[in-house]
Amino acid sequence: MMKILVCISNVPDTTTKITFTNDNTQFNQAGVQFVLNPYDEIALSRAIELTENGNGTVTVINVGEVSTEPTIRKALAIGATNAVRVNAVPHDAYFVAKQIAAYAKDQNYDMILTGRESIDYNGAKVPAMIGELLDIPSVSIIKKLTIDGNSATVEREIEGGKEILTIPFPFVAGTAEGVAEWKIPNMRGIMSARTKPLSVIEPVEVKTLSEIVKFETPAPRGTVKLVDAANPEKLIDLLHSEAKVI
Amino acid sequence: MSVLVYVENAEGKFKKSIFEAVSYAKAIAQKLNTNLVAISIGNVAHAELENLGKYGAEKVLHINNERLKSFVNQAYASVIAEAAKKENAEVVVLSNSFSGKGLAPRIGVKLEAAVADGAIELPQTEGKFSVKKTAFSNKAFATVEMHSPIKVISLTPNAYKVEEVGGTASIEEFSDEAKDSDFKTIIKEIVRATDKVSLPDAELVVSGGRGLKGPENWGMIEELANLLGAATACSKPVSDADWRPHSEHVGQTGITISPNLYIAIGISGAIQHLAGVSSSKVIVVINKDPEAPFFKVADYGIVGDAFEIVPKMIAAVKSLKLNA
Ligand SMILES: Cc1cc2nc3c(=O)[nH]c(=O)nc-3n(C[C@H](O)[C@H](O)[C@H](O)COP(=O)(O)OP(=O)(O)OC[C@H]3O[C@@H](n4cnc5c(N)ncnc54)[C@H](O)[C@@H]3O)c2cc1C
Ligand SMILES: Nc1ncnc2c1ncn2[C@@H]1O[C@H](COP(=O)(O)O)[C@@H](O)[C@H]1O
Repeated sequence: MMKILVCISNVPDTTTKITFTNDNTQFNQAGVQFVLNPYDEIALSRAIELTENGNGTVTVINVGEVSTEPTIRKALAIGATNAVRVNAVPHDAYFVAKQIAAYAKDQNYDMILTGRESIDYNGAKVPAMIGELLDIPSVSIIKKLTIDGNSATVEREIEGGKEILTIPFPFVAGTAEGVAEWKIPNMRGIMSARTKPLSVIEPVEVKTLSEIVKFETPAPRGTVKLVDAANPEKLIDLLHSEAKVI
Repeated sequence: MSVLVYVENAEGKFKKSIFEAVSYAKAIAQKLNTNLVAISIGNVAHAELENLGKYGAEKVLHINNERLKSFVNQAYASVIAEAAKKENAEVVVLSNSFSGKGLAPRIGVKLEAAVADGAIELPQTEGKFSVKKTAFSNKAFATVEMHSPIKVISLTPNAYKVEEVGGTASIEEFSDEAKDSDFKTIIKEIVRATDKVSLPDAELVVSGGRGLKGPENWGMIEELANLLGAATACSKPVSDADWRPHSEHVGQTGITISPNLYIAIGISGAIQHLAGVSSSKVIVVINKDPEAPFFKVADYGIVGDAFEIVPKMIAAVKSLKLNA
């Protein structure tokens, strides 16, 4: 029986136009649709595949306020066994990792899966931080994950190639595209998600190490300089003598 | 006090992103009026290490033994954190590479240090220590205040210029105090495509989208890329359809890149695609639809059929090279 913990974050939908309020100190949530982080969704899909046929359980954990519960229910609809919500604002990656490590410490999970990064703060920090806090291995940007007894073989992306590793249980892995197909919840899943257990726990205290004090959006680019389709040589010339990039 | 920079090697050599990290760390050390120490793990020739002096490292801690031969983030993090303590480092700098992403958070936890990932500018060191980094998949920047006595910063590749300040670094052997339990991960195989420019490191990128119709049409993309010394990339549907490998997929759910030049051919410019490429210095768009959203964020563009335009671009690059 395998025991898997999947960490899920609640992020602005990928089409969101990012704006800020309060003198550019806060992300403007008005009208923004929040979704399950796409990378976490594939981590969850892989966890469900690995525990199919009653071969184990998948718990999802989220550090967030009550407003994240629709996303948690979605994870349950996709097929997670049960869910835990740590009732707190996810202050920064260290705060989140501390909460998850504190919860997971005595639970004997065989593996903890996360996404490779969250698409809002994109720190790609939480998985390695959990690994360090629990003093277990962490690997990230995992594109394949198979189990063999009490260890896993994973394929990790590296610059210009890949690395194949074996890691004994327990470990943390941050998953990317390729690790599984995205699963779409079916009607049965959606119905059963309403009654699956979702427990809410209070956060442990964590020292604040960092704080975002200001946001900015990139300066708009000037208007595009169009070159006539009959004359692509002109483009190459501009890239060479004006932009000086080739 | 000191600033410590981890200099990751790729098969014994340092890439440009590492010289950027050393230059960046040197500038921080100067701001803080302190020394720059580098740490190198694995098999690197002494001449390579001494050469780091050119970018401002005064001393290089060098550690090489059998068990540290290949990268295991848990063990490397132990070694680097140990070095940070011994050198009394105030700031630890890494490159925000794939390995850097696996290391910085672990080092941060070990040192109870704030971690700023993907920094794009020098930190503000007077008053409150803060640094600017990318956020929301490159759709925004965030300035992060770091409250801890030690700070860990990973630098976005291609965001800071390499600066040569001259000098030779002294080399000091460093001891391996990693725990045996840091080595549970076993590397079985490393596969590298050596004949290609790797996308995350590339300064020039030629990218193709669904407008190219099928994998059989990638010949001209590769030819243009080869001529320019560029890496190839693609949009998500292209890798989803297995026209190209997933490792080439850029965007919100793929790789984020910031090359000097990004040429997008037959790509519409969906917001999720732009998230991965919008910090490119110069963007060129080739698309037959004048209304394609990509033109709104492009610096140069041609409205037209890629199958007619790209071969002409190839010819023009060839003649540019002949005349160079
Ligand atoms: C959660 C989520 C995450 C996503 N993440 C990503 C991501 O990371 N990266 C990504 O790329 N996409 C991502 N997408 C998909 C994204 O929304 C777009 O669907 C995708 O980028 C479109 O790819 P494309 O531009 O290649 O294809 P299309 O949108 O089909 O565009 C093809 C373009 O080619 C042009 N064209 C056609 N023929 C020619 C010709 N002969 N010559 C010149 N131009 C021609 C057309 O005018 C058109 O603009 C994501 C979507 C979702 C929902
Ligand atoms: N608030 C959160 N609650 C639970 N898991 C999270 C949270 N934030 C991030 N994670 C997990 O950590 C991964 C990496 O996030 P990040 O370090 O923010 O890029 C995500 O893909 C999630 O799996």
